[in-house]
Amino acid sequence: MKKYQKVLLLGSGALKIGEAGEFDYSGAQALKALREEGTTTILVNPNIATVQTSEGMADQTYFLPVTPFFVERVIEKERPDGILLAFGGQTALNCGVELYRSGVLERYGVEVLGTPVQAIMDTEDRELFVEKLNQIDVKTINSEAVDSVEEALRVARSLGYPVIVRAAYALGGLGSGFCDNDAELETLVEKALSFSPQVLVEKSLKGWKEVEYEVVRDRFDNCITVCNMENFDPLGIHTGESIVVAPSQTLSNDDYHYLRSLAIKIIRHIGIVGECNVQYAYDPESMDYRVIEVNARLSRSSALASKATGYPLAFVAAKLALGYGLFDLRNNVTQSTSAFFEPALDYVVVKIPRWDLGKFHGVDRHIGSSMKSVGEVMAIGRTFEEAIQKGLRMIGQGMHGFTGNRDMKIPDIESALTSPTDRRIFVIAKAFAEGYTVDRLHELTKIDRWFLYKLRNLMDTSGELEAYNSLDAVPKELMRIAKQQGFSDFQIGRAVLKDMFPEHAEEASLAVRRHRIGLGIKPVVKQIDTLAAEYPAATNYLYLTYNGSVDDVAYTGDHRSVVVLGSGAYRIGSSVEFDWCSVNALMTARKEGWRSVMINYNPETVSTDYDICDRLYFDELTFERVMDILELENPHGVILSVGGQIPNNLATRLDAQNVNILGTGATSVDRAEDRHKFSAMLDSLGIDQPRWRELTSFEDIDGFVAEVGFPVLVRPSYVLSGAAMNVCFNSDELRRFLKLAANVSKKHPVVVSEFIQGAKEIEMDAVAQNGEIKAYAISEHVEFAGVHSGDATIQFPPQKLYVETMRRIKKVSAKIAEALNISGPFNIQFLAKNNDIKVIECNLRASRSFPFVSKVLKINFIDLATRVMLGLPVEKPAKSAFDLDYVGVKASQFSFSRLGGADPVLGVDMASTGEVGCLGDDTDAAILTALLAVGLRVPRKAVLLSTGSPKQKADMLDAAHLLHKAGLKIYATGGTCQFLNENGIPAVRVYWPSTPDSHPQALDMLHNREIDFVVNIPRNFTGTELSNGRKIRRAAIDLNIPLLTNSRLASAFIRAFTAMPLEDIEIKSWQEY
Amino acid sequence: MQATKSAVLILEDGTEFRGRSFGYDGSTAGEVVFNTAMTGYPESLTDPSYEGQILVTTFPQLGNYGVPPSGGDDSLKDYYEGSRIHCRAIIAQDYAFHHSHWLAERSLADWLKEEKIPGIYDIDTRALTKHLRTHGSMLGKIIVEGCDDVEFYDPNAENLIALTSCAEPVVYDAPGADPKPFTGTLEAAPDGKKTVVLVDCGIKHNIIRCLLARGVRVVRVPWNYDFSGIPADGLFISNGPGNPDFATATVENIRKAMNADSPKPICGICMGNQLLAKAAGASTFKLKYGHRSHNQPVRRLGSEKCFVTSQNHGFAVDSETLPEGWEPLFVNMNDGTNEGIRHKSLPFFSAQFHPEASSGPRDTEFLFDEFIALL
Repeated sequence: MKKYQKVLLLGSGALKIGEAGEFDYSGAQALKALREEGTTTILVNPNIATVQTSEGMADQTYFLPVTPFFVERVIEKERPDGILLAFGGQTALNCGVELYRSGVLERYGVEVLGTPVQAIMDTEDRELFVEKLNQIDVKTINSEAVDSVEEALRVARSLGYPVIVRAAYALGGLGSGFCDNDAELETLVEKALSFSPQVLVEKSLKGWKEVEYEVVRDRFDNCITVCNMENFDPLGIHTGESIVVAPSQTLSNDDYHYLRSLAIKIIRHIGIVGECNVQYAYDPESMDYRVIEVNARLSRSSALASKATGYPLAFVAAKLALGYGLFDLRNNVTQSTSAFFEPALDYVVVKIPRWDLGKFHGVDRHIGSSMKSVGEVMAIGRTFEEAIQKGLRMIGQGMHGFTGNRDMKIPDIESALTSPTDRRIFVIAKAFAEGYTVDRLHELTKIDRWFLYKLRNLMDTSGELEAYNSLDAVPKELMRIAKQQGFSDFQIGRAVLKDMFPEHAEEASLAVRRHRIGLGIKPVVKQIDTLAAEYPAATNYLYLTYNGSVDDVAYTGDHRSVVVLGSGAYRIGSSVEFDWCSVNALMTARKEGWRSVMINYNPETVSTDYDICDRLYFDELTFERVMDILELENPHGVILSVGGQIPNNLATRLDAQNVNILGTGATSVDRAEDRHKFSAMLDSLGIDQPRWRELTSFEDIDGFVAEVGFPVLVRPSYVLSGAAMNVCFNSDELRRFLKLAANVSKKHPVVVSEFIQGAKEIEMDAVAQNGEIKAYAISEHVEFAGVHSGDATIQFPPQKLYVETMRRIKKVSAKIAEALNISGPFNIQFLAKNNDIKVIECNLRASRSFPFVSKVLKINFIDLATRVMLGLPVEKPAKSAFDLDYVGVKASQFSFSRLGGADPVLGVDMASTGEVGCLGDDTDAAILTALLAVGLRVPRKAVLLSTGSPKQKADMLDAAHLLHKAGLKIYATGGTCQFLNENGIPAVRVYWPSTPDSHPQALDMLHNREIDFVVNIPRNFTGTELSNGRKIRRAAIDLNIPLLTNSRLASAFIRAFTAMPLEDIEIKSWQEY
Repeated sequence: MQATKSAVLILEDGTEFRGRSFGYDGSTAGEVVFNTAMTGYPESLTDPSYEGQILVTTFPQLGNYGVPPSGGDDSLKDYYEGSRIHCRAIIAQDYAFHHSHWLAERSLADWLKEEKIPGIYDIDTRALTKHLRTHGSMLGKIIVEGCDDVEFYDPNAENLIALTSCAEPVVYDAPGADPKPFTGTLEAAPDGKKTVVLVDCGIKHNIIRCLLARGVRVVRVPWNYDFSGIPADGLFISNGPGNPDFATATVENIRKAMNADSPKPICGICMGNQLLAKAAGASTFKLKYGHRSHNQPVRRLGSEKCFVTSQNHGFAVDSETLPEGWEPLFVNMNDGTNEGIRHKSLPFFSAQFHPEASSGPRDTEFLFDEFIALL
């Protein structure tokens, strides 16, 4: 076997819809597999919040865009002898294919390890793919590749509508969709062609089952299928948008093995070495099938399959890429059996997507052939009922399971069933409640009756529970069955103790808990051991179930466990950064001699890799389940401050049960979370904050606005990540928004705060011990306040802050840390204007920017914080450690292209799905690299400017000068054009869509690709009206033309790319800074 | 809540597992074994190798896709592996009271009731499996609420091969053709078709289908039938239940075939592997809890070829006892046990696993081709 000295691994960059945390997991596994071999590893991935870009993972880490331009230069510098393309999603694969085609890999003698590039191309190019499978008589979906709208129309008419359109070489079904007629086809194909040179038009097989196999092959032609999965939703809904069950439930042995054998035949013929997945459409009425696609790389499904089975697919794939045979490798779980085997599951896994469509204005909520979900959860149970109810709670959108939720208003159930949205499963619940039969639901949804019957079981049990009004009256057997079917104490409480809801829900749930424990109804712990108990396994991969009577783990009650609560599903506002925090907390706890215990349920994470901790509970983060686990574990204590808001929200309730919360106490958490208490505390400390009031009537609001003046920030109380927040600039906007907000949350009053325009926003990330700050990082937003901190571009260390401002921030932070007696991580957000600083928010937990500042500073804040929480002494790092001679810039990744109809503007509500963090010797270099890494491109032709209000126009003037000097042609809409010309900058006027008869039309120019950069600054933050600006912004997104909507960020980007050519960006690894 | 009767599984060591009955409401006894396959309960239930056994499925949900139609001749079913259910009972964590599959003719519960086979659910099958793994397969009995107690029953003390083998020899000319009684004489097959004598030790029907699909004529004979007079091109020894020690007659017949002048090719599956080994002079032993699953890894010795196989056996060949001239052909990659043998110079080979699958992976069906090629 050839020995590779140095191997380059490509990551997937920022998290985006269709490409998320799963590639942190697969990349991290691959790096581990390589390190074991003593191979030097080079990683290119600008996603600074990931675990794979942490210390001890790769030997050299480059926070650079995963594009041929940068990767070629890394190759030139590092001279690796091998490259891995399969671990960084479509981004890495596309980049690798381009490097291969352009001859770069050959020129530098870099060998592609694992699946050969030709095989990748055979699976990616639709025509090659169909031809390849035709060679072995395997059926694919009848489709034709086209490169123009006219061709598409011809093909669609010949196939007959409905047809499905897919963009080749695109991730997660980007630009895909169903079309019922010519008009729909034209729109979709044009959009798809903007992402991909080739578009496929194919006959739709809506209603067929969708089944996937994860297949592994080594270079000796040995093959296994590690897992198969079946979609709950039939074909027509992207697998990333579908509830998925593993293993398949409705396939007979013949079905299962027919498709399995085909999968093996296919990957042998294509020549995969490593891992791939095969997706089928399967006729529910016969054994007819079509292969939908083959992904010649690790994927979201393979991450799910790894977690669902305990089989480390990415790790094994990396070993196979190095030349091993499957027979050389051991099963990591048993340590005694071979890695050449197919896991046997003795449980059921359900994956449910998590959408955040509510955060976007105007977005189309229908789910279909293109992906919109931002995250997913995986639930494990020993019945489908148990697993799906767990999963529905895990998605974290206020649902308690299949039943027992707040009543939903669905005006037209039938159409909601035939044209599903993100709420489809709850529409089914509603339909059952309205008396729909399984057969009728099957007719309308094409969901297999087996799943519908199972859901009906839940409905029936719920109905049986509702017949009782006291817990004592509920038969023990019914109580047990309800728990076996995954009913939570809350759901049972709501069904039985009707009078206690909603006011006393927590007490009711606790009463159910006490009652059932009294009856001896408690969950048991089971292992995921890959072999269904056939062989002894020393595995620490666990879940809880009521379908069992014996624990697999012998608990000793030694109080040596430290339990870390993870962050749950990735969502807008909580993502891979908290996974990094969780993983680092686990590592420190372990290093300090504790048994590190993780609770989390997100299959896309590293924290749910059973290798990373001493015990992994792949289970819910609800109060009920966390208490179940704590009662079993009897731990030394629990860490709630590294997993984002979900664990943080449990502080008070766990504290009430006398749980030992490590670090800052629950009372302090409450003082920081509760607006009134926090505000009173700031007042007593003499710390300034924007004026605010909690109000319940329109009169009171008007009175308060008269006092502080417009604009004001309006929000319903107690929400995560600024959901449903809005800035109102005048009385009309305020009234319109309040009507919405009042609907959002009737019980809660509205909080109105003064909104300070033109203020800087500053973040303080810190670690304190017993109220004394031990380490801190102050960073500065590029955008002015008003852009959510999760969307803002952040520079660290700050580049343009007054020394006095910094001093004041440090002082105020120290006061707050002391007052709250903080022990652990925390974050404070400030506004600063002319050295006046005001506190906006304080979180007594790790923030989104912890990995960023930790990696830029090279001081691991979570390690420090965990040591604090474990009661260990922590030395303050030397002052010089905070004196950096380079800059880090964190930029946000948006996924607007996935969210059809959504207005791509930034505001107080967070919209980004991911981020990158890049380093540079100066701000320009760091900003430019970071923005390229989130998909911006330096314009070569022309720029379209619409720069908003007079103030913003003035702000952009310098940047416009620079554009002109750089030789770029400037197009501008009416006001902007006039303003530019008056200020001596030549600009050509283009016309808004509202004056269609004037030419040139802005939209036409975008469609004709005459413009390769758009700066479109909305006048205000409401973003609700269907404006001209919105049409232009949306067109830019749909046509994949770089767009910026903030004048400060646009100026910074323009300054950076006009100041330095790309070639001047230094290729320097993190380790070299 | 389903209105079902309670039921208890009592193991010979006194351990009890309480559950509920979904199949036939009657008591039964047998040897309790577990299978980790995730699909294939109709095939397993009708597999004669399960004769006398109570089958525990570790996959928690049973009955999802109902039961396929009972088409075909009793000697060769369309979708089953035997003419009736051979398991004494089946046990799972959960039973799907509503099944869904286009091919399903009825529910599993209805089928079990018709064939008077108990089925129990709501039992911690993982705990039960671990118990069997730790203490070895053991006898057990199921008592359904309101039904009489029964005695423990040890199938391994009985000649199950005799119990499950066919009574009279029959001839299959081609796939789909009706089997004809074998009268003692055999005309030359048309089109130069080869003839294979298939010794039925409790055969899975898919072995017959696999042979017929390869264009041979099959003469299926009872386990103790003296086939030396049949002018055949090859000999095939089937799978079968229980302890190979009972099949002394079969072993004698095989030995005779092996010692013939210019002996014909011989192939065996599962019990066939054990009987071939015994005929060669090797010995077999009982495994602690057997191999019953769809995911057993085997490696072809002396090669880098590995296969995922379907298995169902409680006894194994002791490779150490293979005489001169013989060698192991396959080895189990998990526990190193024997998975097949072959003669170094003569055309005799066999596999402990099931190349005919049904249920399970079909990756080793090529062994039938290898056998046919020898004819």
